[in-house]
Amino acid sequence: MDKKLETIVQALQENFNTTNEEFRGEVHVFATAENIIDALTLLRDKYDFELLSAMTATDYWPQQSPRFHVIYQLSSLARNLTLQLRVPLNGDEPKIPTATGVYKVANWRERELLDMFGITPEGHPDPRRILMPEGTEGHPLRRDFPLGYEEPQFTFNFEEIDLGKPYAKE
Amino acid sequence: MAQLEEVSVDQFKHLVSERALTGETMLLNMGPQHPSTHGVLRVLLELDGETIVNCIPDIGYLHTGIEKNMEAKTYLKAEVMSDRLDYMNTTGNNLAYCLAVEKLVDLDVPERAQSIRVILTELQRIASHLVWLAAFGLDLAAMSVFLYCFREREIILDILELCSGQRMMTTYIRPGGLWRDVPVEFETAVRNFISYFPKRIDEYEALLTKNPIFLDRLISIGKLDAATALQYGVTGPMLRASGVNWDLRKARPYMGYEQYEFNVPVHPEGDTFARYIIRVEEMRESLKIVEQALNKLPLGPVNSDNRKFVPPPRSEIGVSMEALIHHFKLWTEGFSAPNASVYSAVESPRGELGVFLEGDGGPKPRRVHWRTPSFDNLSVMAEITKGHLVADLVAILASVDIVLGDIDR
Repeated sequence: MDKKLETIVQALQENFNTTNEEFRGEVHVFATAENIIDALTLLRDKYDFELLSAMTATDYWPQQSPRFHVIYQLSSLARNLTLQLRVPLNGDEPKIPTATGVYKVANWRERELLDMFGITPEGHPDPRRILMPEGTEGHPLRRDFPLGYEEPQFTFNFEEIDLGKPYAKE
Repeated sequence: MAQLEEVSVDQFKHLVSERALTGETMLLNMGPQHPSTHGVLRVLLELDGETIVNCIPDIGYLHTGIEKNMEAKTYLKAEVMSDRLDYMNTTGNNLAYCLAVEKLVDLDVPERAQSIRVILTELQRIASHLVWLAAFGLDLAAMSVFLYCFREREIILDILELCSGQRMMTTYIRPGGLWRDVPVEFETAVRNFISYFPKRIDEYEALLTKNPIFLDRLISIGKLDAATALQYGVTGPMLRASGVNWDLRKARPYMGYEQYEFNVPVHPEGDTFARYIIRVEEMRESLKIVEQALNKLPLGPVNSDNRKFVPPPRSEIGVSMEALIHHFKLWTEGFSAPNASVYSAVESPRGELGVFLEGDGGPKPRRVHWRTPSFDNLSVMAEITKGHLVADLVAILASVDIVLGDIDR
């Protein structure tokens, strides 16, 4: 691990009791939903992580606890460092506190999480779907959401499928 | 079919000011079908006369579910979708994806392939900026710039076609190297472009940079300061136009960018004109990189010889049983990647293009997330349009350089 990053990871460990992993030179720090906002604030104010590069989630379905990892990819321009924070969440009613107070970019990113994974950002100023239309059922990027296909039309089921097609009929 | 739900107005009340509810200000829909929204973006405007009180972008009209689709494909096959994300920067998307895959499975790329990748992505950057400049001119009623820019872009597309057989969706950069080596005509074609293009940039500048009508529309319009830009995750030329010197090619060099000499244009003004002039300067810098890369283009293979990840060349399949087995395995089952995640980012023409890739130990990724620069760059719109006129919104929107395929994914 990078020397500069090591002190930061240690500081997180002391303050928030986090654990960390390393893979191909990237450091992943595991935090909890309770202390993630404090951790982000500390990183932004004290260690110059000005930019929340990416914010997304991974679904580990069928595993239920934890089912999701919410991922915060942070960048520091002043120190040229990157750090990834992960928050494991359980499968039933996953919730995270909103990070819009720390990084405004989290506004749209959290709406995307709500839309795609059904992870509720608590205290979000504008909790609406962002990409899918209002009234969509389900959350498309969950692993148990089926990837839809159109049924191929053969001679034996031609008319049956034709009836369901949206174009105008004679 | 999903049932249509009744949506109550109360859900959207918090988006507009109280004056809109009493009818004092007007709500106006701009888009999704509007020539200056560069695709299918809908902007809800709250107007006080001609002045913008609130600007609420509404995205998702071009949502294609590429992230979900990539999870259902093997690592090699999923790459084809990456071209379709940001259709102005296809080789750049391929590069971002391939770098992530190479990092995940720990694969080395030969030097020749690295140089060719740099040449192609820099040419693509010029092509993307040309389309941007064309549309920017068109939005500000400078019609002829549009025609000139597309004329030059055609040359770059011809070079891409020469290499890959495809003008736009090339999928030429593959995990472990390239699809195949460039043809012999490649060097001459690129050299011709290098000698031809600088004069053309001078021409665009002669048309625009000192044109008083053009300047009146741009200077001190849509001001964005550095702190706000970083808060909203703005990257790329937009961030550099706000005075922050941050370019991933310099800060975290990939593909051997540390060996090329080029400047990163930075302007502190943060207005629409700064965003324009930075992109023009970047075209000149990209040309410098292309020239240097072409001058020291090393000879050698263009693909890693690690057959567990890179399919063998056609010539080997006829004579080697092992090659045939590898070919068959890689194109049916695919290779397996470790149960871990990587994040790798490149500097696209619009900013930090990041790929978050998580494997599950098998041949298909568990999660592919595209951190697309336009998405975050657009989210700052509400801040920078406040108090400007509707006509200025068109200039600001054009200067953000949005690509809807990049935003909606």
